[in-house]
Amino acid sequence: MSEYKAQDYKFGQPRWCPGCGDHSFLSALHKAMSEIGVAPHETAVISGIGCSSRLPYYMNTYGFHTIHGRAAAIATGAKVANPNLTVWQVSGDGDGLAIGGNHFIHAVRRNIDLNMILLNNRIYGLTKGQYSPTSVRGFVSKSSPYGTVEDPFRPAELCFGARGNFFARCVATDLGAAVECLKAAAQHKGASVTEVLQNCVIFNNGTHESVYTKEGRAKNAIYLEHGKPMIFGENREYGLAQEGFGLKVVKLGENGITEKDILVHDAHCTDPTLHLKLALMEGPDFPIALGIIRDVEAPTYNDSVHAQIEEVKGKKNYHTFAELLETNETWEIK
Amino acid sequence: MAEQQKEQTIDQVIVRFSGDSGDGMQLAGTIFSTISATAGNDICTFPDYPADIRAPQGVLTGVSGFQVHVGADKVYTPGDKCDVLIAMNPAALKTQHKYCKPTGAIIIDSDSFTAKDLEKAEFKTDDPIAELGITCEVVPCPITSMCQETLKDSGLDNKSIVRCKNMLALGLVCWLFDRDLAMAENMLRAKFAKKPEVAEANIKVLRAGYDMGHNTHASVSHVCSTQETPKAKGKYMDINGNKATAYGLIAAAEKAGMRLFLGSYPITPATDILHELAKHKSMGVVTMQAEDEIAGCASAVGAAYAGALACTSTSGPGICLKSEAINLAVITELPLVIIDVQRGGPSTGLPTKSEQTDLLQALYGRNGESPIPVIAATSPTNCFESAFLAAKIAVEHMTPVILLTDAFIANGSAAWKLPNLDDYPAITPNYVTADMQEGWSPYKRNPETLVRYWAVPGTPGFMHRIGGLEKSNATGAISNDPDNHHLMVEQRAQKVERIADTLPPLNVEGDEDAELLIVGFGGTYGHLHEAMQQMQSEGKKVAHAHLNIVNPLPRGTQETLARYKKVVVAEQNMGQLAGFLRMKTGATNIQQYNEVKGQPFSVATLVEQFTKMMEE
Repeated sequence: MSEYKAQDYKFGQPRWCPGCGDHSFLSALHKAMSEIGVAPHETAVISGIGCSSRLPYYMNTYGFHTIHGRAAAIATGAKVANPNLTVWQVSGDGDGLAIGGNHFIHAVRRNIDLNMILLNNRIYGLTKGQYSPTSVRGFVSKSSPYGTVEDPFRPAELCFGARGNFFARCVATDLGAAVECLKAAAQHKGASVTEVLQNCVIFNNGTHESVYTKEGRAKNAIYLEHGKPMIFGENREYGLAQEGFGLKVVKLGENGITEKDILVHDAHCTDPTLHLKLALMEGPDFPIALGIIRDVEAPTYNDSVHAQIEEVKGKKNYHTFAELLETNETWEIK
Repeated sequence: MAEQQKEQTIDQVIVRFSGDSGDGMQLAGTIFSTISATAGNDICTFPDYPADIRAPQGVLTGVSGFQVHVGADKVYTPGDKCDVLIAMNPAALKTQHKYCKPTGAIIIDSDSFTAKDLEKAEFKTDDPIAELGITCEVVPCPITSMCQETLKDSGLDNKSIVRCKNMLALGLVCWLFDRDLAMAENMLRAKFAKKPEVAEANIKVLRAGYDMGHNTHASVSHVCSTQETPKAKGKYMDINGNKATAYGLIAAAEKAGMRLFLGSYPITPATDILHELAKHKSMGVVTMQAEDEIAGCASAVGAAYAGALACTSTSGPGICLKSEAINLAVITELPLVIIDVQRGGPSTGLPTKSEQTDLLQALYGRNGESPIPVIAATSPTNCFESAFLAAKIAVEHMTPVILLTDAFIANGSAAWKLPNLDDYPAITPNYVTADMQEGWSPYKRNPETLVRYWAVPGTPGFMHRIGGLEKSNATGAISNDPDNHHLMVEQRAQKVERIADTLPPLNVEGDEDAELLIVGFGGTYGHLHEAMQQMQSEGKKVAHAHLNIVNPLPRGTQETLARYKKVVVAEQNMGQLAGFLRMKTGATNIQQYNEVKGQPFSVATLVEQFTKMMEE
């Protein structure tokens, strides 16, 4: 049992709009941290710029509100320099995937042990409503009055494209599931990406409507659990099965389908092909996948950096500046 | 010896090796420099290489040069022009002959002056010497064929054999200046440790070159001191500016008891700092090759936040990209060392050439009021002291510090007396202590220095939040209060200004009653100093003040400038320091000498220009 309570991680009074998904996510994060049990002073929360990036100001941990897009790079430096810190990196879809896209993919590729949170409301809120790299094609916003003419990123696809080993998805208002995702993300050694589907009541209200309520999720989402069959629906009447190279939705009891025909989720499978397929499912034909979609062990960059340092320390015979000088070709003036 | 009359003693000599960028001129030059230094001479080197890695063979753009000034006494520059020029092909002759003194000699590889070679170097006639109007002595030497002859039984293929021809040239030059080959042989064996047959082939050719000098009765010069014991006793090594910078950071980290972290992205001419630090994992150094310049700096800011001695290294284009992350360290008051090895600009500019054109960028190239200490290293060996000082200031004053070096001192090398760290000042980070917990806030400052106290994440009881938004000086919370912002702007500026209290005042060398004060900063120290010396030897009253720290200006700068009737600020830009000094000191007596050619100053030109200014 952890010695900490959610209260121990709370600081200040959040100033997000009433109804913003950030409020509920913040509660989930406080609760998750208290259950994970890393002391507040050993926790650093590092964010970029945007509405959600104000989050460190509401944490009673070490907090660093940095510059637009660079949170992943700054968090990388902090973790590599001091691997004993538990580092959370918080970004929105604009911060993480537009201006910070390069740092996002490289932090994932290097597999730095960061808990990377991507709060995805598919809009720029702080600059008052422009389309983001996750806005759907045709999205009408102040900067796209006639609709966007570009396709969005799908965060999971980017994560797997960068060889990501952990991807989870939750809905900001779905407290219990969000806490489980965050705990799993923290336990995973290496870069973990948690996509948080989040509403922006002011500029993109209803963007994740189909799964934003409990009822909606019962109809339109599937909670994936490692080792469990992929069954969903209001009455758990549907399941996911493999068909050719793809997935299909089947109804239990129809055409002789039983639970045995349903795919069992394997989050630890090294091959990301099916994880990607699950992550990319969308309505109306498929449920939206929630929970821990991928969780595979791999060597972390920070561990490898320090292991290499220890290894070289053993091999080389100079460890002080004075000894370093002596490794050079020198001569003496007498 | 039969050829006694051809032997002479000189107190200095300048040699320039030039050839195709694949001809090994840098190696030949480096070896010659090192063995000269080993023999007790002082050295100053200038590698002058093209941006192309391997331009087509024999063309004008592919010429690589290496100049070394060897002196019995202290030498300050690689010298304007050389006494001996080695030109391995017509392209080298064409582009480099202007660097040879009228009294000097040019040694050419006569085997590489065929019609085809001449055509590649865009000669119009078959007499390159006449075509170029060369009047100094040209000594044709069959360098390639001698090399082939020497190695004909070596079992190596022709390509590998010809690759050794730089050693023939080196051997010959070693004969001319009476250098002992033993050190050269050691260096070759070390360089080719994994290919002993290649090492032995090179050594064989080196000796053949030496013997060729002997057999042709080429004249010999001994570089001997005219003064007694020109150098301090002790152990020495040959070091270039980039390596000295890396060493300075390592020394500072050890002194401060901090982990050294470098976040960097490869860029000419700064990459060797990353290379050097990446080697020293046995000292706990962490280097990260980031995904871009921004991440190089951003990761260093993160490392600084987490308590490391954090650094990032780059050149002009990279410093532009790092500006925003540097500014984050300004407002969060985190220690960070940013090294800018200046090259020719703007934009990609002249990647391998040297300028001082980033000074104003370093001082002001960020949004908002963004004061940063700026240090400018004055020589290859001073890069060590400057990097150490940059780290000390960053950590003790909780500020990013920009260290300016340049391609000339970064690649140039000199003999360096091994330092003893015990002789260097302590570096004491301004950490919080447990007793400060009561009433602590992130911007609580030391009232004298205005330095905030540093609570590194992991420290119990000091959890706090910092960031790029302006904060309340009292509480550390986000603040838009007008008076608070003004106060914070002033405190950040004052904090940097007060660093000058901890540093020596401006030093002036030369004549007390000088009629002209020469002022410079950074890597031009040697040239300006030599210009002053030369003018003094001509009976003129001159002085030289050189800024190692540009911001904050050393105490006494204003008074010093006011003391002289004439002041000339000489710099390799269009007047950035001159303008800064006028603004900061109100001086109205400043004249300028500006040259932006990507090449080091010429002492002769400086003397001519300064003399003219004195006569006006």
